[in-house]
Amino acid sequence: MIAFNKYYNKFNILSVSLVIVSLLLLTFKGLNFGIDFKGGTLIELRSTDSKINVSSLRDNLSQMNLGDVSVKNFGNETDFLIKFENNENKNVIEEIKKNLDKSFGNSFNFRRVENVGPKVSAELLRSGVIAISVALFLMLVYIWIRFEWQFSLGAIAALFHDVIVTLGLFSLLGLEINLSIIAAVLTIVGYSMNDTVVIFDRVRENLRKYSDIKIFELTNISINETLSRTLITSVTTLLALLSIFFFGGEVLKGFSLAMIFGVIFGTYSSIYIANTVLVRLNVSQKTVLREDKN
Amino acid sequence: MLYFSKLRIIFITLISLLFIIFALSNLFNFDNKILNKKINLGLDLQGGSYLLLEIDNDPVIEQKLQNLTVTIRNFFKEKNVRITNFKLSNQTLSFTSDENSKQTILDEFASEESELNPYYQRFKSHQLDIVEENNFFKVSFSKQGIINLKTSSQDQALEIVRRRIDEIGTNEPNILKRGNDRILVELPGLDDPMRIKSLLGKTANLTFRFVTNDTEGSFGAEKLEFEDGTEEAIVSKRIILSGENLLDAQPRMDTENNETVVTFSLDRVGAKRFGKATSTGIGKRLAIVLDGKVISAPVIRDTIATGSGQISGGFTFQSATDLALLLRSGALPAPLNIIEERTVGPDLGQDSINAGMIALLIGFILVILYIFVKYKIFGIITNIALILNLFILVGILTIFEATLTLPGIAGIILTVGMAVDANVLIFERIKEELKSEKNNLIAFDSGYTKSRTAILDANITTLLAAIILFFMGSGPIKGFSLTLGIGIFTTLFTVYFIARLLTVLYVSKNKEKEGLI
Repeated sequence: MIAFNKYYNKFNILSVSLVIVSLLLLTFKGLNFGIDFKGGTLIELRSTDSKINVSSLRDNLSQMNLGDVSVKNFGNETDFLIKFENNENKNVIEEIKKNLDKSFGNSFNFRRVENVGPKVSAELLRSGVIAISVALFLMLVYIWIRFEWQFSLGAIAALFHDVIVTLGLFSLLGLEINLSIIAAVLTIVGYSMNDTVVIFDRVRENLRKYSDIKIFELTNISINETLSRTLITSVTTLLALLSIFFFGGEVLKGFSLAMIFGVIFGTYSSIYIANTVLVRLNVSQKTVLREDKN
Repeated sequence: MLYFSKLRIIFITLISLLFIIFALSNLFNFDNKILNKKINLGLDLQGGSYLLLEIDNDPVIEQKLQNLTVTIRNFFKEKNVRITNFKLSNQTLSFTSDENSKQTILDEFASEESELNPYYQRFKSHQLDIVEENNFFKVSFSKQGIINLKTSSQDQALEIVRRRIDEIGTNEPNILKRGNDRILVELPGLDDPMRIKSLLGKTANLTFRFVTNDTEGSFGAEKLEFEDGTEEAIVSKRIILSGENLLDAQPRMDTENNETVVTFSLDRVGAKRFGKATSTGIGKRLAIVLDGKVISAPVIRDTIATGSGQISGGFTFQSATDLALLLRSGALPAPLNIIEERTVGPDLGQDSINAGMIALLIGFILVILYIFVKYKIFGIITNIALILNLFILVGILTIFEATLTLPGIAGIILTVGMAVDANVLIFERIKEELKSEKNNLIAFDSGYTKSRTAILDANITTLLAAIILFFMGSGPIKGFSLTLGIGIFTTLFTVYFIARLLTVLYVSKNKEKEGLI
């Protein structure tokens, strides 16, 4: 048996500081919103001329009065991603195409064009925030119906930890937040909950079974009993996610990366946050038996 | 938990077979209507354009209020009520009257049977709101008035958009209303999204008006630019002909001066008016105005009574084709703005399909190998369930002809990763039970029973997330939630029916064996 409970305090301090750092990052550095939420235009280009590089492309586009243009490679040397903020000019894409064809001799293939107006991006951001809030709220309701309040508090603490730290990491690394990241965050919410609930199920079962074991020991027993399941499921989920990350193409990179972070944090938090809340609230056999009577 | 009746086994086998056949129908062409279903590929996989158009109703509101000026004046003239100082600004029409007429005007607007201010009988709300202060009236559209105006212009715009897209002949376009002032257009496999964007972005309001020097005429005049921006002309506001009078328009090569032109033919009313205008206006210039810009303004040399004519304006064949198309399909009731566009080229779509499939295959193989190493014989059982899970999932998507997006493929891969969770929970539990229980059958039975709540909890939480995503998400994200959500049900089915059946068969044959798992 691994003595997870020996490190409860240390990891609690770590988690609290991670959450604080993440919140500070989110407040002061903020998130790197993509065009879905900020509005603007995105163009993915593939060139047939290997001599064209980011700087020649940037020089060319900077003469077009597009405002703040970002140009970078996308996946490989001949693919480029161009981004700029909302433009009043309705024909801007056509003009870029003409300009590039003129300067580089028809060597570009426009693989993807996305343009999100300010109204739509504001709506997408709002519905994204609502979706995550509703998801957190429903999880709260579910867990509240399903468990005693001490357990609910533990699960919710773990959930908020996972979401906040994942977003904090995105802020730290400056990774782009787009629609698919919202999907990833919601899936993380589901996964984190899933992981916590399985351990809690066991804690409650053991609470009924042993009246003389303190919660400090009991959580450790329960974590150990469910440990192999926790690990196997994390491994298979991570295997699936890693294969999306490495082979699923550029579009899914951000999504799978967020999920990978989320699964790791989710596994960690079910052990070191959810359970420590039970310990700190001094949950005992009475807690579950009282509920049974009702 | 360990008993399966014969009937149940047959039922499980049949259901699995059914879904497998449907899953396979994506690969083979069955010569059968029911079986010949396929999963739809989303725009991000097959390439195409997603356009969200917003109708700009402001000009319509202004126009309606402008028209109302005349209606109100004439209406009250008959009742000997004098109204003066009509002014239109900020979508509000204001006018003044005297103390004696005040009540007559207010009563008319408030009357439930008012002709001037309709809708009350149908909507329990008038079309217009009126406020009065010191004999100064302000009239504007009511909430209900705005709603009706928006829905009707949306209906018209939808029809025109459909006609324009049909004329271009893209395959299976999807044109839908969104809210009461938006139109969603999905165009799979489009070669030239720029062309369709420029076609949808034009109101195509065509008018024929005389060029004049007299800015004080009774209809007024305005200074308009030529389309090529080289010239300006003062054009009367009196409309001789409009696009509504057009029956047909076609691009044509004018052999005389070797120029591409658009020929048009007019309906009876139009032909009459055109004939009259061209006979009285010989020597004058007739401006052909499209969306506030002059295309050309030829000098009338002869009376044209045939009801057909041609527009020249330095067209290329492409621009003449497009103008003819716009004129044939009619003018939009209001300008459309493209507020969201997502276009994926066909080669990127194919790349995404390939990448998605490779990721799925590799993820699948890795998970299968890992589970086999972990559980040996029960790993094989789990893997059989996992493979069937994938087939059933694809089968269900096929039956409903659901749309598969790239995030949707990610959802399937994730399902593969998470699907083993339930079996892992069961097997780990059985291992624990075997520590205290020597009878294999009893241990397996209680393993299944005791793991049930945890499995249900785990799946309900993921399902909740998927459902929220389905209702809140858009486009590709919806595809992700769909596969993730359906994946939960197929996982539960394969775990509790297929994997359990196989486990039961194996365990009942090896009842006495020790260290079974």
